[in-house]
Amino acid sequence: MPSMGVDKPDERQRGRERRPRGAAIREMLSRNGALGGLVLMVIVLTILSADFLTVENVLNIGTQAAVIAILAYGQTFVIVAGGIDLSVGSVLGLTGVILGWLIASASLAWPLAVLLALAVGLLAGLVNGLLITFGRMPAFIATLAMLSAARGLALVISGGIPVSGLPSMLRTFGSGDLFNIVPYPFLVMLVMFAITAFILQRTYAGRCMYAIGGNEEAARLSGINVTRQKLVIYGLSGLFAGVAGVLSTARLASAQPQAGTGFELDAIAAVVIGGASLTGGVGTATGTLIGALILGVLRNGLNLLAVSSFWQQVVIGVVIVLAVLTDTLRRRRSA
Amino acid sequence: MNKRSGVFTALFALLLAVTACSNTRFSGGNDNAEKTIGLSISTLNNPFFVDLRDGAQATAAKQGAKLIVTDAQNDATKQANDIQSLITQNVAAVLVNPVDSDAIVPSVQAANDAKIPVIALDRGSNGGDVAATIASDNVAGGKIAADFLAKGVGNGPVFELQGIPGTSAARDRGQGFDTEIATKPAIKVVAKQPAGFDRGQGLNVTQNLLQANPDVKGIFAQNDEMALGAIQALGNKAGKVIVVGFDGTPDGLKAVQAGTMAALVAQQPKLIGGTGVEDALKVTAGDKVETQPKIEVKLVTKDNVADFLKA
Repeated sequence: MPSMGVDKPDERQRGRERRPRGAAIREMLSRNGALGGLVLMVIVLTILSADFLTVENVLNIGTQAAVIAILAYGQTFVIVAGGIDLSVGSVLGLTGVILGWLIASASLAWPLAVLLALAVGLLAGLVNGLLITFGRMPAFIATLAMLSAARGLALVISGGIPVSGLPSMLRTFGSGDLFNIVPYPFLVMLVMFAITAFILQRTYAGRCMYAIGGNEEAARLSGINVTRQKLVIYGLSGLFAGVAGVLSTARLASAQPQAGTGFELDAIAAVVIGGASLTGGVGTATGTLIGALILGVLRNGLNLLAVSSFWQQVVIGVVIVLAVLTDTLRRRRSA
Repeated sequence: MNKRSGVFTALFALLLAVTACSNTRFSGGNDNAEKTIGLSISTLNNPFFVDLRDGAQATAAKQGAKLIVTDAQNDATKQANDIQSLITQNVAAVLVNPVDSDAIVPSVQAANDAKIPVIALDRGSNGGDVAATIASDNVAGGKIAADFLAKGVGNGPVFELQGIPGTSAARDRGQGFDTEIATKPAIKVVAKQPAGFDRGQGLNVTQNLLQANPDVKGIFAQNDEMALGAIQALGNKAGKVIVVGFDGTPDGLKAVQAGTMAALVAQQPKLIGGTGVEDALKVTAGDKVETQPKIEVKLVTKDNVADFLKA
C-alpha cells in the first residue's frame, strides 16, 4: 500500500506532462487501458451481430449508459480523493421520488421541482460529507447508512408505489431526441462528462481531490482545507446522483421508489474499469466514461446475442475482472 | 464518551418504550374465546403484500378472529424473530409469507415444535410441516397470457421478458407461457431475455431487442413493471404491438385502460390473504384443508379493466 502512494505521482506525471513524440496512440491506450477493451468488444460484437454497429443502436447504448455514467462521474471525484460513496443508487431513487412527488402531489412547476430535487441530492451528499469529516466516520459506513436511509425515505414518500403522471416536457427530455437524432440523455451524459473533466483538470477543487487521494496528511500539511474539500467532493457526488435521478425519472416518465437499487456497484465498477485506483489519487473522466460504456455495450450485446439469463451475470462478472486485470498488468509492465 | 453513552441511553429508552407499547397492545386476548392468528409478511413496501394483508384483515374481522401482523422488511433474520415472538404469544396459527423459502424452514419447524399450525402464503417453505401453501396459479397465468398473445398476434415474432432468474414467479410464469406457446407453431419466440422485474431494465432490454427484431408483433412480460418499460421502448408503436403484463398493479391497469397494454394477467392478493385466514381457522378447528390451493388469476383486457380499477 505505501509503495503505491509513492508510485502514483510519477504515473500521473508521465501521463500528463512528458509526451514522447510519435506515441500519441500508445499514450492514449496506456492512460486509458479500458479503451482497448472497449474497442475489442465493439469489434467482436460487430462480427457476431449485424444489428450492433448501427447509428440507432449506438445511440441506444449511449442513452442506456447515461444514468450509470453520470453516477460514475460523481463517484470518480470521491474515488480519486481516496473515498467511496455507496449511497448514490439510493440518492438517485430519493431524488426521483421527490421530483415525482413535488410535481404530482405538490403540483409544482417542473423546472422548480427539478431544481429542488437536485438540491436534495446535493444535501444528501453534504450530509455524507459532514458525517465523514465532523462525525469522523469511515466513508464506507457513513454512505452505507445513507444508502439505507435515502432508500427508506424514497419508500416513505412514495408509499412504495411508483409516482406517475409527469408533464410531457419532462417526458420529452427523457425519451426525445435533439433534431430527431440525438437522444437528450445521451447529450446530458456528454455535458456532464465535460463538467467532470473540467473540474478534475482545471479547478482547484479537482487538484485537491488528487492531492487528498494521494496522501491526505501531506495535503493537509501543504495547506489544503481537507474538511472543506471533502464536503465539496461528497456534495458533488450527491448532486450528480440527483442529476441521474432526474434523468432516469424523466426517461421512465415515472418515479420508481426502487430505482437505482444496486447502481452504486455499477458506478464503482465503471470508475475502476476506467483505470481509477480504489486507494485514491488516480482516475480520469475519460476513463470513467469508457468504463460506463463498456458496461452498456456489454448489456446491449448480451441482449442482441440472446444470451441466456443465467449466463449473462457470469459474463458481466468475467468482463469486469478482465477489464481491470488487463489494465493492472499493463500498468505494472509500463512501470 | 459521556455524550455518546447519553445517546445510547436515549436510544435504549426509546426502544424500551416502543416494545412496551407493542406488548401492551398484543397482550391479553389469548384467553378469550376469539382466536388469535399471526401473519408474518415479507415486506409491506410492495402494494401486492399490502393488499394481501388487507384481505387477511377483512376476513379476520368478518370471522371474529384477531390478527397480529408483522412486517419482516424483506429481511429473513427479522422474519425469524417475528415468528419467534408470535410463537411466544401462543397464537392459534401462523400465516407466513416467507422472505426466502429456505431461510423460513427453522421458523416453520419451531412452530411445529410448539404445535402451532403453519400456512404459507404466496411463497412456499422448503421444509417443516406446512398445513397449506396458498399461492396464485402462476403456471396457469402464463398459459392464459400465451393464449391471448397468440390470438391477438395471429402469426409472427414475439419477445418474452423474464423476471429475476431463479425466482419461483419467473420460473412458473415462464413455464406456463413456454409450454402453451410451443403448441402454436405460427408464433415464434425470437428472444427470451431477463429484465429483473424492473421497469428501467424492461425499457433497456426491449430497446435492444427491437434492434435485432424491429418487426416484433407481441411481447409477454412476466410482470407489469417490465411490460410498462417495454411500452416505453415501443414509443409510437405502443398499442400496435400486443403487450401482455402480469400482476395487475395500478399503473398496469391504467395502461390497459389507455390501450397501450393489450392485457394483463391479474393476481388476487386479497383473496390469497383471505383464504389464508379461512384455512387457518379451519385447521385450528380440526378441519381438513387443501394443501396446495391455487388462487385463480384473471385476464384483464380493456373490456373488464373498469372492474379492477374500482377494486
